[in-house]
Amino acid sequence: MPDASYPEELLYHAEHDWARIEGEQATLGITWYAQDSLGEVVFYDPPEVGAAIVKDSAYAEIESVKAASEVIAPLSGETIEVNEALADAPERINEDPYGEGWLVKVKLDDPAEAEALLAAVDYRKLLEGD
Amino acid sequence: MKPAAETPMQRDRAVTIYEKSKPGRRAAVLPEAGVPERPLGELIPPKLLREEPPRLPEVAEPEIVRHYNRLSRRNFDLDTGFYPLGSCTMKHNPRLNERVAALPGHARLHPAQDPRRAQGALELMWLLQQSLAEICGLPQVSLQPSAGSHGELAGLLLTRAYHADRGEQRTKVLAPDTAHGTNPASVAMAGYEVVKVATNERGGVEMDDLRAKVSDEVACLMLTNPNTLGLFDENIAEIASLIHAAGGTLYYDGANLNAVIGHSRPGDMGFDIVHVNLHKSFSQPHGGGGPGAGPIAVSERIEPFLPRPQVVKREGANGSGPFYDLDHDRPKSIGRLRGFQGNFGVFVRSYAYILSLGADGLAEASETAVLNANYLKARLADGRAGKRLPVAFDRHCMHEFVLSGKPMKRELGLATLDLAKRLLDFGFHPPTIYFPLLVEEALMIEPTETETKESLDAFADAVEEILAEAERDPEVAKQAPYTTPVRRLDEVKAARRPVVRQPL
Repeated sequence: MPDASYPEELLYHAEHDWARIEGEQATLGITWYAQDSLGEVVFYDPPEVGAAIVKDSAYAEIESVKAASEVIAPLSGETIEVNEALADAPERINEDPYGEGWLVKVKLDDPAEAEALLAAVDYRKLLEGD
Repeated sequence: MKPAAETPMQRDRAVTIYEKSKPGRRAAVLPEAGVPERPLGELIPPKLLREEPPRLPEVAEPEIVRHYNRLSRRNFDLDTGFYPLGSCTMKHNPRLNERVAALPGHARLHPAQDPRRAQGALELMWLLQQSLAEICGLPQVSLQPSAGSHGELAGLLLTRAYHADRGEQRTKVLAPDTAHGTNPASVAMAGYEVVKVATNERGGVEMDDLRAKVSDEVACLMLTNPNTLGLFDENIAEIASLIHAAGGTLYYDGANLNAVIGHSRPGDMGFDIVHVNLHKSFSQPHGGGGPGAGPIAVSERIEPFLPRPQVVKREGANGSGPFYDLDHDRPKSIGRLRGFQGNFGVFVRSYAYILSLGADGLAEASETAVLNANYLKARLADGRAGKRLPVAFDRHCMHEFVLSGKPMKRELGLATLDLAKRLLDFGFHPPTIYFPLLVEEALMIEPTETETKESLDAFADAVEEILAEAERDPEVAKQAPYTTPVRRLDEVKAARRPVVRQPL
C-alpha cells in the first residue's frame, strides 16, 4: 500500500473524492484517505456510460472487506468512460488511487462548479481537523 | 515479530465429512428384515426412484464423533468465553430452557399435526404471543418471521398492505444512518426506496433532516431505539408524531430491545410494528446457525394484515371450554411467510425464559445489561484505552456503546481490526467492528447482563495490555491472532472468489 499523498494538481471534495479537470472533461476517483478508511476494496459498481452524475450525490458504489459505500460526485456531468479494468482488479483503487484506480471520466455540465472544490492543502487541513 | 510455531489445531487442516468418506465404511449395520423383502420398484413408482444412490459420506461412527467434536473445538462460543458482539445480545442460554425444549411433547411434535391434537403447543404459542404483546405494548403478535431481518421484511409488507388498503401507494422508507444493515436491505427487498436520515451530535435522529425528508411519499420510518450507538433517542415522541402526521408507519427494530424490557415499550412510544429477536433478548442460543425467531408485534391498524394462519384462542361450543386454533380466515392477510408455524423449540425456550424471570426479573435483566455496559464503558475511559479508543458519543449508554479506534490507528498504526484479532489471543470474542459506519474505526461493545464484574474487568485489562504492547511493538497485534485454529483469513479472496460448493 502506498503512503498517504494528496497530489497538488487535483481538486478535492469533502466526501474524500478527487477530480482531475482537463478542459470540459474530468477524471474522478477517491482519495488516499478514502481507500485507507475503506480497507481492501473487493468490488466496484460503476455508473453506466451515458449516465448523468450529480455533484454531491452518489454515482457509484465501492465494496470493501469492511463495508459497502457510496461514492459521492465532486462535480456534475455525463459519464463518458468508466474504468473497466477495475472489474477484475478493484484492488487498484487501493494501490494507485490517483492513477490506475480512477473511477470515471465525465463531460462536465458546468466547469464553474469546480470553484467550490478544495485545493490539496485545504483538503489536508480538513483531514487534520477531522 | 516472528510468527509463533503452529499449534496442533493449525496444522490439522479442517476437512469436511465428505473428505473423510471411504467406500464401504458404515456407522450402523441394519439387521436382516423380519419380513419378506420386496423389490423397491413394487413399493415406489419407478419414476420416483433414483437411478443411482445419493452420494452420502461413508464413515464409521468413531470417526463421525471425532469429526464433529473436532469441528466444535474450532469454534468460539458463549460457553467458552466473553462474547461482547454489539447489537447481537450474546447472553447466557439458561440450561433449564434446554430441558423444557427437550421434553418429548415439545421435541417430537410433528409440524403437520392436526391443531386439535397439538393443543399444548398452540397454547404455549398463544401465551408467548400474549407475553410479547405485553412487553412491546402492542395488541397483536405473529410468531411467523424466523429472524430479525424476516421480521423487517414482514413489517414492510404489512406497511405496504396497510397503505394499499387505504388506496395509497407510497415509495420511500426512512432509516437513520446508524441503522442495522438489514434495514436498508429489507427496504430494497420489499421494493421501496431507502432514504437515509442523518444523526445529530447527541447520537440521535437529526430532527431538521427528518422534517425535510418526511412527506406523503414516505411509507415508514424504521428506527432502532436505543440505536446502534447504544443511545436512547430522546426525541422519540416528536419523531412518532411527525411520521404519523404524514400518514406513515413507524417500525421498531427490536435488535436492541434487551436494553428496555420492563422499562419502556415500543407501543407506548408510538411504534406500529416491532420485531423481537427471541434469539437475542429472550436467550435462545444463536450464532453458528442456531435457529432464530423474529416475531412481530403490531398495532390495531396493522392487525388485519398479519400473516396467516394466526394462533388464536376460541370459545368452545356448548360449554366445552376454550381451545386453541390456527386462524386461516384472514382476508386482508399478507399471506404465509414460511412453512408450518415457525421454529417451535425457540418458542419453548423463550417462553421458559420469560416465565422463569417473570416481569420483575426481565426488568432487572435489562437494568443489569445497561449497568454492565456503563461499567465497561467507564473502565475503558481510563488509562490507554481512554486516550486511544475514545467513546464516539459521550453520554450514558444503554446496553451497548461505541468506541472509535481513530486515534489508535493514527498514533500507533494499529487498526481496529488488529485490536480485534489480538483480543482472540486473550480468549475473548472481539466486539462488532467497523459498525456503525458513521464512527471511524468503530468498536461496538455489548456485554449483556449475564457477565460478571470479573469478566468485564478482564476484558478491559486485555485491551489495556494490547495497547501497551502496541506502544512497544505494533507488529505483534498486526500479525495476530496466533492461537486460533486459523490465523488471518484472506478476506479479499473470500469476498471476491468465494468457494460455495463442495465437490462430491
